[in-house]
Amino acid sequence: MEEVAARFPFWMIGALLGVGVWGMLGKRSLVKKLIGLNIFQSAIILFFIIGSMHEGATVPILWHGQHNPNAEDFVNPLPHVLMLTAIVVSVAVTAVALAFMVRLHREFGDLDEERILDELRR
Amino acid sequence: MEQLPILIPLPLLAASLVVPLAGLWAPRAVFPISVAAVALSAAMSALALAEVVAGGEALRYTLGGWAPPIGIEYVVDHVAAFVTAVITGVALLVVVAARRAAAREAAGRRGLFYALVLLLLAGLTGMVVTGDLFNVFVFMEISSLAAYALVFRGGRAGMLAAYRYLILGTVGGSFYLLGVAFLYFTTGTLNMTDMARLLGEAEPNISVAAGAAFIFAGLGMKMALVPLHLWLPDAYTFAPSSVNSLIAPIMTKVGAYVMVRMFISVFPEGYLADEVPVSQALIALGLAGSVYGAYAAMGQRDLRRMLAYSSVSQLGLLAVGIGIATPLGLAAALLHVMNHALMKGALFLTAMSMRMGAGVSDVRMLAGLGRRMPATSAVFAVGAVAMVGIPPTAGFFSKWYLSIAAIDEGLWFVLAVVLASSLLSAVYLFRVIERLYLAPAPAIAGGADDAPNAAAPAQDAPARESPLDVTLPMALLALATIVLGVLNVVVMERVLEPGL
Repeated sequence: MEEVAARFPFWMIGALLGVGVWGMLGKRSLVKKLIGLNIFQSAIILFFIIGSMHEGATVPILWHGQHNPNAEDFVNPLPHVLMLTAIVVSVAVTAVALAFMVRLHREFGDLDEERILDELRR
Repeated sequence: MEQLPILIPLPLLAASLVVPLAGLWAPRAVFPISVAAVALSAAMSALALAEVVAGGEALRYTLGGWAPPIGIEYVVDHVAAFVTAVITGVALLVVVAARRAAAREAAGRRGLFYALVLLLLAGLTGMVVTGDLFNVFVFMEISSLAAYALVFRGGRAGMLAAYRYLILGTVGGSFYLLGVAFLYFTTGTLNMTDMARLLGEAEPNISVAAGAAFIFAGLGMKMALVPLHLWLPDAYTFAPSSVNSLIAPIMTKVGAYVMVRMFISVFPEGYLADEVPVSQALIALGLAGSVYGAYAAMGQRDLRRMLAYSSVSQLGLLAVGIGIATPLGLAAALLHVMNHALMKGALFLTAMSMRMGAGVSDVRMLAGLGRRMPATSAVFAVGAVAMVGIPPTAGFFSKWYLSIAAIDEGLWFVLAVVLASSLLSAVYLFRVIERLYLAPAPAIAGGADDAPNAAAPAQDAPARESPLDVTLPMALLALATIVLGVLNVVVMERVLEPGL
């Protein structure tokens, strides 16, 4: 039980990944597919952030006059920077997907995948 | 010329900012600027290739002057120089050939259309030259986003195909990123050279294995490896003609290139076969894909859909070469990257030309086009022969090396499957050639209405051969499949073998 508790954040991330995949595959609405995709991406972003944490560490800023800083005292800042980029990527993907949806809705009057496919087959 | 690595993607990136503005004020300048940027990038790639082959050393460039393990490093070695030269060269010919189709399909939005094309190419060349795992992700998403938007221009069916492509493509990119996270937290670095060193020293552990699995799942999605290929047929079929002839030859190949990169410069030798069954999975899925793709292609009535499934089949062979992972296997895969880019470029351009000149893309409607569009049909015939793999065309030699690499490893069944998939390709491609040259021109329009694009032609409308600016680049690609087929020994000995 303690094993499970110690790894609680990772179980949560696994659960979020699962929710995201379910949203993308199991839902017919294009909006819900996009929400699933966003949950999926957020889980990965959280995974990076949690990986950078360790107990007793602080903000990675050196203060004036500090000599011989110990890397163990600071949170690893690199994953945060990477994730800023990943968030930008995910925002761009979301924006493109939303733009697609606007056009799809104008064209088909619907955002349900099955109904759009029916419309296309006709 | 130590800046050469950055000079490959830079002209494309810079031009993609200029072109939308040019589209607003001087639409006539859009096409020349775009072609100039692609040509410049191709020239830089050729220069880099010449320099690497002459010097034998990889070209390295550190961005912003930050030394490698901390800063981002661009590395152009033999393999990278070869792949960028192929990508930019094929892209240049396709962009020139697709000018008229693009002008029609991107009516009024030419600036934005070419901006997306340039972003796509910038992303692809960036993925090839970078030596940083996270940077690969960023460039991958740049090229993919541009591709989604380009596919979306392809009419009603293209819109839904693009949306599905966006979801699946982004999942692929995210899987790759998740894999990189596992590797990063094990080694604490993102630089490929540094990562290779640290992974070589580290004990194999479960999180490296998980990282490898996620990375290859993501890349498999990007290169349309068989159970993950579901986005490809629709995206290639419904994309505008000018777009699919650009995307089909080069885009999935770059995913394959990143896989090769993982084998040669990230994971220690043998790791991906012994610790994680990546090699085995690539061989199994590749073989399955090469037969399934060829089988599915046989049943297609739309020429572009047939070519899309043929891509699935050829990418399967590529994956087999990567999975064998001996220097010869990887060299065969990389040679096939070039050969397939040339062949598929030529074939998709003929599909575009037939659609523009005769208004057809249904295989059954192609009858008699051999006389009415002689140049296009001839290029198709050469491309088809190369695709089947008849010597001395290029397609033969990559399959030949692939078979030898497989036999060296004792994998005799690979030979059987390569033969089977080649025979199946012969069935569906020669069926088209038979239509083009031997079948009489149809008297009545039969079955035109269930063609996916409703542009059924009036039967007595004369099919005109495409103008010279379409046929010439097409003919150059077809010629290249023969010339590079004959010269493949040079490519292997001078470029690929020293690099692996």
